[in-house]
Amino acid sequence: MKRTPLYDLHAALGAKMVPFAGYEMPVHYPLGVLKEHLHTRAKAGLFDVSHMGQAVLVSDDGRYETVARALEALVPADVLGLKPGRQRYSQLTNPGGGIIDDLMITRPLEAARAGTLYLVVNAARKEVDFEHIAASLPKGVRLEPEPDRALIAVQGPLAKDIMARFSPDATRLNFMAACTTSLRSFACRVSRSGYTGEDGFEISLAGVDAVPLARLLLAEEGIEPIGLGARDSLRLEAGLCLYGHDIDETTSPVEAALAWSIQKRRREEGGFPGWDRIRSELAHGPKRLRVGIRPDGRAPAREGTEILSPSGVPIGRITSGGFGPTVNGPVAMGYVPASLAARDTAVSLLVRGKPLPGRIVDLPFVPNRYFRP
Amino acid sequence: MALERFTRDHEYVRIDGDVAVVGITRHAAEQLGDVVFVEVPEAGRKLKAGEAAGVVESVKAASDVFSPVGGEVIEANGELTANPQWVNEEPEGKAWFFKVRIADRSEIDKLLDRTAYEAFLKESA
Repeated sequence: MKRTPLYDLHAALGAKMVPFAGYEMPVHYPLGVLKEHLHTRAKAGLFDVSHMGQAVLVSDDGRYETVARALEALVPADVLGLKPGRQRYSQLTNPGGGIIDDLMITRPLEAARAGTLYLVVNAARKEVDFEHIAASLPKGVRLEPEPDRALIAVQGPLAKDIMARFSPDATRLNFMAACTTSLRSFACRVSRSGYTGEDGFEISLAGVDAVPLARLLLAEEGIEPIGLGARDSLRLEAGLCLYGHDIDETTSPVEAALAWSIQKRRREEGGFPGWDRIRSELAHGPKRLRVGIRPDGRAPAREGTEILSPSGVPIGRITSGGFGPTVNGPVAMGYVPASLAARDTAVSLLVRGKPLPGRIVDLPFVPNRYFRP
Repeated sequence: MALERFTRDHEYVRIDGDVAVVGITRHAAEQLGDVVFVEVPEAGRKLKAGEAAGVVESVKAASDVFSPVGGEVIEANGELTANPQWVNEEPEGKAWFFKVRIADRSEIDKLLDRTAYEAFLKESA
């Protein structure tokens, strides 16, 4: 079992550790999942996401176009059109239009890093992803995984005030923007992004600096360490996909309601794996669609729960479901036929053999509060 | 004084005459974390020993509550379904799930007393 650079800090903070994607990770701290979730939405939370895969894509010629074109052969996002200091969410697609993984792509702001892109992929997929990317790159572009870096997220309405005491540069970033800056004496790559639906930051830094920086951040007023349990309920309320659950090698970005992440030029030109299927789904609509579902009662409908039409015909399955602490009730996501995906469509959820009523709702369950002035 | 018994599934049962009060132990409540949903059986339902009779769900997971003894459900804790957080507050007090009229008292002998249950917890820790 692997450990992140913050392992000793989790232990010192009294975390309950569980295996996750090959790592021993904190599922919650003494506060507990429910309070950690609510604290993040009310104030600020610190998350260790160092298990995620970080890598740099580098072109030998130092030109942005070279590295951007290399990545565009693997993802449906417009990477060429990304401005310096901006990031995009995208997916590594397979030839059948399924999703190998979802990832964040950042174009560095600094001219000295012109021929590079920073990538962050899921922990459970990093070996698969890095092998896939490395095997697909043209000559003159290489992938450099960064296994020794840590990644810390600071999320919540107080995140910007806390970050302001470390780096004024960071708080000038808008949502999905990034820069290189020093947090106190630590050299960091900071982006205004996250996985909670709240305003917040993700901080990439050398693993050896992770504990000292995390301790300084946690010494601030209003910030608590938050485990994977609350990270999951926060992202579910925010309507964000979890790889291996809501998206996988069979689901296309269009089915997953991620078509917004495929920019116009790529829709028209293609040039990424699975374009045939994705183009067809964009033109004619997908067969099935990821939707938000609210069970009417109090009983959570968990992953794997069968979704039925009100007359009892099976139409799909829940891919993520549980209790939403901010919603104060059960929330779920799942796939249903596109013809049954309209808001307010009644469904039935087969929980412990009993059909419970629910309905299709818009995502997210909790309005996001990204910093977009 | 009621007789206290426990199961390896972390239910407790308090036995007074032929009535058993069933709930989940403090250890189980702590393991589950914040409880957000509880389901209790309907009064009148006939249960076998070991049958799934209720449900307890935390933000983390869902678990069945098994009836440690067989018999008829004579009362369910309706207030608990409206206040699932009681399971964390007072698991072995106001957060009882249901009461059963015991059909076969010999089933009680198969359950653990507190000393044996605590030894079981230590073993499985």
